[in-house]
Amino acid sequence: MRRPDPLDVRGLVPTQVDGAAASTLVHVLRLDRTLYDAIVAHAKRDHPDEACGIVAGAEGSDVPSRHVPMVNAAGSPTFYEFDSTELLALYKQMWANDEEPVVIYHSHTATEAYPSRTDIGLANEPGAHYVLVSTREHGNSEGPVEFRSYRIVDGEVTEEPVEITDEPHQIASA
Amino acid sequence: MAIEVRIPTILRTYTGGEKAVDANGATLAALIDDLEANHPGLKERLIEDKDGQGDLRRFVNVYVNDEDVRFTGGLETTLSDGDQVVVLPAVAGGSSAIAR
Repeated sequence: MRRPDPLDVRGLVPTQVDGAAASTLVHVLRLDRTLYDAIVAHAKRDHPDEACGIVAGAEGSDVPSRHVPMVNAAGSPTFYEFDSTELLALYKQMWANDEEPVVIYHSHTATEAYPSRTDIGLANEPGAHYVLVSTREHGNSEGPVEFRSYRIVDGEVTEEPVEITDEPHQIASA
Repeated sequence: MAIEVRIPTILRTYTGGEKAVDANGATLAALIDDLEANHPGLKERLIEDKDGQGDLRRFVNVYVNDEDVRFTGGLETTLSDGDQVVVLPAVAGGSSAIAR
């Protein structure tokens, strides 16, 4: 099995922890490689339109575990929106499973993987990791993407490190 | 006599952290006024002024018994006792700077 190559993934610049910021809680997005690959594949497949979706996880766990790619109802290279009926179905399923959206992701297809003013204004899940994938360099083709994660709370954006792990989730072993 | 209204995480600051609250009203507009009476500030987050008339905000979805109210009459959607109302902010964004 191939070892993870951290240099594969851009956006791994760790959050600065210096004197002033050291007391602040530093968030990290930990995502296993299967989920990472699925998100990247979705972004590449939908390029040049923006791709979007979530990774749900057990409420309060901060562990992303169930990938749900969503249809971009806007079908646009510069905008995304979950279809309202599918959005309700998604949330009802999460409520039934005691899950919450741990990751909310979308792609930028011609610009960097940084939240736009629109992204910031419409970010309504203060507990979620907002993942941005930029496919501007390689589009639908093989090749690295920018993959970065942020907290967006009250209009304030904080980038956080992304750790890709190769360990499968705790699966009760026999 | 009550209609259960499911409140999204982002708006629970108005409901003391409650995930769902009860409210009354024969229409969605009346229900939102009743919500506002008990949870001041909530209405402003759901409704905006459009040409002198209140309308649901573009990026707020409200469902009555699983139907998006945009397809059932908007704020005039009629309600009955026992109906289930869900409020969910849109999950949306994108690289463009859109007019909001």
